[in-house]
Amino acid sequence: MEATAVSTATESRENYLNINYGWKSWLFTVDHKRIAILYLASITFFFFIGGAYAGAVRLELLTPAGDLVQADTYNRLFTMHGVFMVFLVLIPSIPATLGNFLLPLMIGAKDLAFPRINLLSWYIYMLGAACIVYAALAGGVDTGWTFYPPYSSIYSNSQVLAAGVGIFIAGFSSILTGLNFIVTVHTMRAPGMTWFRMPLFVWATYATSIIQILGTPVIAVTVLALALERLFHIGIFDPKMGGDPVLFQHLFWFYSHPAVYIMILPAMGVISELIANMTRKKIFGYKFVAFSSLAIAIFGFLVWGHHLFTSSQSVYAGIVFSILSYILGVPSAIKTFNWTATLYKGSMSYETPMLYAFGFLGLFVIGGMTGLFLAALGLDIHLHDTYFVVAHFHYIMVGGVLMGYLGGLHYWWPKISGKMYPEFWGRLSALFVFVGFNLTFFPQFLLGYMGMPRRYHAYPDDTLWQVLNVMSTAGASVLGVGYILPMLYFAWSMKYGKTASANPWPASGLEWQAASPPTTFNFDTTPVVTWEAYDFNHVKELKEGNSASPQEQTV
Amino acid sequence: MSQEHIVSVRVYVLIFLALMVLTAATVITAKYDLTVIWGPLNAIVALTIAVIKATLVVLYFMHVRYSSKLTQVVVFSGVLWLIIMVAFTMMDYLTRHGWPEPNL
Ligand SMILES: [Cu+2]
Repeated sequence: MEATAVSTATESRENYLNINYGWKSWLFTVDHKRIAILYLASITFFFFIGGAYAGAVRLELLTPAGDLVQADTYNRLFTMHGVFMVFLVLIPSIPATLGNFLLPLMIGAKDLAFPRINLLSWYIYMLGAACIVYAALAGGVDTGWTFYPPYSSIYSNSQVLAAGVGIFIAGFSSILTGLNFIVTVHTMRAPGMTWFRMPLFVWATYATSIIQILGTPVIAVTVLALALERLFHIGIFDPKMGGDPVLFQHLFWFYSHPAVYIMILPAMGVISELIANMTRKKIFGYKFVAFSSLAIAIFGFLVWGHHLFTSSQSVYAGIVFSILSYILGVPSAIKTFNWTATLYKGSMSYETPMLYAFGFLGLFVIGGMTGLFLAALGLDIHLHDTYFVVAHFHYIMVGGVLMGYLGGLHYWWPKISGKMYPEFWGRLSALFVFVGFNLTFFPQFLLGYMGMPRRYHAYPDDTLWQVLNVMSTAGASVLGVGYILPMLYFAWSMKYGKTASANPWPASGLEWQAASPPTTFNFDTTPVVTWEAYDFNHVKELKEGNSASPQEQTV
Repeated sequence: MSQEHIVSVRVYVLIFLALMVLTAATVITAKYDLTVIWGPLNAIVALTIAVIKATLVVLYFMHVRYSSKLTQVVVFSGVLWLIIMVAFTMMDYLTRHGWPEPNL
């Protein structure tokens, strides 16, 4: 077989990584795969900054007294943790790295529809990031990542403006990525790649792009209005000047609730890929999983008021938002049940990506179910602004999104780098992350239920409360090790890892028919798709060489 | 899909005249105090005319009427999402006062 012979000779073969070297070839690249690597590096960098802030927060909470830092410093620590993690890590995490790298490969395209806009989006992201880093260095922000006025617009004397400008700018990067993905999916699919043959990761990324385009302009306008009030004292949100502070919360959450889906939908897409491919089984209910992504993208815009139950929002609006939030649980449940049904009688293997997928399933279910607690009008009065909320959204955003992100990075690492990561260390990291995560955040559910408010640097001197907080801090260090490990062995594998074949798992999907790592334009000839998504008989035929590879069919 | 559709000068002129007439209508209706009939009536009339004008511009001057279905869907969803944002926010403001406490 010509095709397999070519793809095993990785060392000497020209690919997107070794085609040229030097900083110019990276900073001026328009290759979607290299831009994905640029994003990966920057996001990892900001992830560790955000993580350092979290570490400081957890250290302070080791003891009941506010002894490590002052209340004011503490406010800045948790705010900057949130700002870095939400706007510079979680929002771009999967779409900008795995999405950028995989979308063209998965639909059999040479690149995204607008390669230059793709590079531009990274520069815009870095510009926004520079503003936020400036805000951090110049003293940080003390308002919480939610920037509620009138404190943020009138009273706070921290770096609200710089951070706001950073968020405003970074938003455009997100919009451009979404636009690029939507146009790519519409216009760049290979012959035969119909909508219902697309991998579910593409569906999820497409749905995410819709949210990015429809939602992000609203956060930009909101931050702009905040800046106008802060700079020129135009009364928009401050009641003293005739404004309405709840209006800010409406606008802010109109974006920021769907933003959770910008984070979690791509992770769900990754999990669909991992579960189907690691069980070597056609995913159960393909169309349901695909359409549930779109349903989440659209109906996710109708529930934002569940953040305003205690903000003097009318009870009638509260009732509607509460009911809609409950209904929104349905498409997520559809996905979860379909994943579980896919596992049933699958020929599973327990490599690192699958361990992360299992972790995702458990943590996402806990995160989602506790979301229903918070969507209940009455119970939310008790739980609002307690550690219960903190635990809930960390189960979604860390237990969900970061599990999916890490699982995906391991799964596609052979494709990205051309090398295998060390399996033992991979499994160990999955274990560390899972144990560390639960140790960190499960006690916070209990603390929150007992009434510990979020955003306080001290708490009552109660033995049980301190034990739970110590557990949480200890868990955070285990979690930290779990995150540093992959960074180390991924870097190590670049030089010393085993050379990966084109399709090491073996898995379905066009990306596995390109070489590892792919050439600059991904495929030697445009593939023609004649099989359904997750058709493992086809993969088997390819492996055994019983049929011509799609590359040859077109010749 | 994106082949240039040539719009006749006649259509452009007609739309232009319609916009001028509607502008005059805005000015004229603004001179009457409609609030004696109903508080927000002046605003409603002015905004209705503005929406009609904007629709004409988008459909004819911006060629959306002659564009692909996909373009029309994109334009429509943008407007729809604006409506969702305003309507669901008003759901809060309009039910804050003068409504009985719900019996939950
Ligand atoms: Cu929400």
